[in-house]
Amino acid sequence: MSLKEKIISTYRSFEEAISSSSSINDIKDNAIKTFEEKGFPTLKDEDWKYTSLKSILKTDFCIVPSENKDIEIADIEKYFVDTDSFRAVVVDGYFSAELSTINTEKAIISSMKEAIEEKNELALKHISKIAPADNSMVALNTIGHADGIFISIPNNTILEKPIQLLHIATGISGETLVQTRNLIVVGKNCDAKIIERHQSLTENTILSNPVTEISVGENSYYYHYKIQNDVVSANLIDNTYVNQSRYSNAFVDTFSFGGNITRNNLSFFLNEENAVANLNGISLLNDSQHVDNFTFVDHRVANCDSHELYKGIYDESSKGVFTGKIFIHKDAQKTNGNQQNNNLILSENAQINTRPQLEIYADDVKANHGCTIGQLDKEALFFMRSRGIPKKEAKAMLMYAFASEALKNVKIEALTAQINKLIAAKLNVDIEFGE
Amino acid sequence: MAKKEEGKVIDELTSSEYKYGFVTEIESDTFAKGLSEDVIKAISAKKEEPEWLLEWRLNAYKAWKTMEEPNWAHVDYPTPDFQDISYYSAPKPKPELESLDEVDPELLDTFSRLGISLDEQKRLSGVAVAVDIVMDSVSVKTTFKDTLAKKGIIFMSISEAIKEHPELVRKHLGSVVPVKDNFYSALNSAVFTDGSFCYIPEGVLCPMELSTYFRINESGTGQFERTLVIADKGARVSYLEGCTAPQRDENQLHAAVVELIALEDAEIKYSTVQNWYPGSKEGKGGVFNFVTKRAVAEKNAKISWTQVETGSAVTWKYPSTVLKGDGAIGEFYSIAVTNNFQQADTGTKMIHLGNNTKSTIISKGISAGKSQNSYRGLVKIAPNAKNARNFSQCDSLLMGDTCGAHTFPYIEAKNSSSHIEHEATTSKISEDQLFYCNQRGIDTEKAVALIVNGFGKEVLNKLPMEFAVEAQKLLEISLEGSVG
Repeated sequence: MSLKEKIISTYRSFEEAISSSSSINDIKDNAIKTFEEKGFPTLKDEDWKYTSLKSILKTDFCIVPSENKDIEIADIEKYFVDTDSFRAVVVDGYFSAELSTINTEKAIISSMKEAIEEKNELALKHISKIAPADNSMVALNTIGHADGIFISIPNNTILEKPIQLLHIATGISGETLVQTRNLIVVGKNCDAKIIERHQSLTENTILSNPVTEISVGENSYYYHYKIQNDVVSANLIDNTYVNQSRYSNAFVDTFSFGGNITRNNLSFFLNEENAVANLNGISLLNDSQHVDNFTFVDHRVANCDSHELYKGIYDESSKGVFTGKIFIHKDAQKTNGNQQNNNLILSENAQINTRPQLEIYADDVKANHGCTIGQLDKEALFFMRSRGIPKKEAKAMLMYAFASEALKNVKIEALTAQINKLIAAKLNVDIEFGE
Repeated sequence: MAKKEEGKVIDELTSSEYKYGFVTEIESDTFAKGLSEDVIKAISAKKEEPEWLLEWRLNAYKAWKTMEEPNWAHVDYPTPDFQDISYYSAPKPKPELESLDEVDPELLDTFSRLGISLDEQKRLSGVAVAVDIVMDSVSVKTTFKDTLAKKGIIFMSISEAIKEHPELVRKHLGSVVPVKDNFYSALNSAVFTDGSFCYIPEGVLCPMELSTYFRINESGTGQFERTLVIADKGARVSYLEGCTAPQRDENQLHAAVVELIALEDAEIKYSTVQNWYPGSKEGKGGVFNFVTKRAVAEKNAKISWTQVETGSAVTWKYPSTVLKGDGAIGEFYSIAVTNNFQQADTGTKMIHLGNNTKSTIISKGISAGKSQNSYRGLVKIAPNAKNARNFSQCDSLLMGDTCGAHTFPYIEAKNSSSHIEHEATTSKISEDQLFYCNQRGIDTEKAVALIVNGFGKEVLNKLPMEFAVEAQKLLEISLEGSVG
């Protein structure tokens, strides 16, 4: 039985057990149909042309993992950025109140399941409304998720402390498909920062397929940092969808250093005027890692801006993929959209496939994209070496200089330091990057 | 500038008529509509083709039947009914043409109205251009054949070449664009009726521009021509094709295949001025232009594609270059203009296989009216193509808020010694630029023409001189009245 068949038959039997008809069940029912029809994406899907899931899907994943209550804070402490923060921890797809630090009057940070069960108005209003239902991986998450994180930030809230979201895979049920569903609703005039990390604690193959829906209210600033530094047995298909209201600024930064196959589906929907979307990313890969950044910015109305900057460094036999689509609708006049994708290939066996795309139906716009693929500057390297800097360090410095432009939206000092450390570790040098 | 005046100028510009839309009343021999093995056999018999070619055609037909019409391009049109097309139509009766006097006067008139002289004596401004003229399915006349033959250059219709130089044709036909390459190349391979053939021997520099002029005349027909250009070692040739069609409410299908082969150190420059009937202002009629063009460049050879695309209701075309030998160079310069309801999905592919190969892509898209204009391109660097180099630039200009401009580049790099740069911009003619011109006494329409010409200059400069002027004018006509 293929994984697809297993998933469908399992959830069909669940469905029969629950006969109650509610809007949530209707959504699940449709999702099963969508997933049944589309299944897992293959290379034949234009959107997945350069990323094959074949090698992972051979695994006989446990699709309904049991709850693991044995994890203690000490086990996971090192995966948090060392800064005063709220914490929300999800273990194998289940929200863990014991491991989380969520006591604040300023916001609701809770289990997604509870929020739905308690009929939280905002949760019901937004869930499954932002992520596209016809996407097969979203549909898979819709049918398969048990829990996740729900965050609601009321109007006029400035959160001084960032919220750290940690998704743990323990492998207690063997090779596991972990699916969490997260919803973050940011009200008007807010400022919030989120740090998200997925971490596997096992050598068992893990496939994570989280869906995160984010709604950013009027005049708010929202920062979301994704640290992807997982073990080599972990695979991640991250699906993040952001709705933006007028005068909102949303920032999503993706730092991919670890993991086996990582796919980042990231979409921004600019629904009201004067919203600004910012997407940055650094991929730093070696061995046979594979990272696919698939971004989509949907300019639906006039006077919005989007800025996109992705840097990639590919060594050994790693593979990088970048797809950036800027879609400017007919009425989205005065749009300013720009996109940069710069790549360094360091090894003969590394590969990069990039597709920067513009689709434009309005005339009074400024849209551009740029894409480069090259190597480290030999003369710069020579300059540094002639001043006594060893080759490895000189290279690392050049690479850091190349990539660090994409760190400009990181507004948490401890996080910058952490990322700098991760980069140094990845490049195997003992240099303290940064100022 | 006042919005009102802007609007007026737009109206004037979009209202310009297609001036090659007339129909020539000429008796022709046209096959009944429909496609089957029998039709293919009949075409082959009509052209007195050798057995191997008929077999080749039938194989292509067999392959075609199993294929599906591609629908990935960013264009939207009704699928042509392939049984509702006549696959052969020739002005008749046309036995061997010895001199110009024997050419049907109607035909002569047609081509003089198109501004093309069939008469070798009438050289335009002293520049000689050898022309092969293809009307509907067959080649009607090739000029300067003898002059070229003295240098050993073979320039004739492909039907003649099949008879006179079968070994050359057989060796190269389908070697660059395989029969099963895509749906339309398979169809073309099965039913192609004529086209041009050109062979430049080793070390010969072709003394004049070679040119093919394609004209669709008969209604209910499709045009399927096949062009094969071979430049032997160290040879050099510049080749130009032009096309027009009458104004009709039906959608006529043009599915051509062009194959270029540049052997060691050879150079082929292939320029196209495509001006098929684009359809009426309401989007009715017009030619469907589904063309497969590809070149192979051997060691140190150079292929240069230049295209000015102003016509056709729907264009689907990606002149590509396979940089097979070390040091090969590929260039692609394109201006694609769409107006009214035209749709274009065009671009190029540069496949780098050899070491030190270089490619340059300059693509300029201009969309006006309700048209959709897409650039779709691929730059692929194979693992063994050391030190490959590519530079791409795709710029789009939008005129009016009902058109669309899109870019879909694909870049695949598989080694660590290559440099690739790609940039794309989309914008409209800025009011500052217009104001600057107006202020200096240049009216809006002229100003737009000036700015558009400036926008396309990098490409226009690459055209052979005598056509650059023509192309520039064409650009102005196509965009008449579309200032936004």
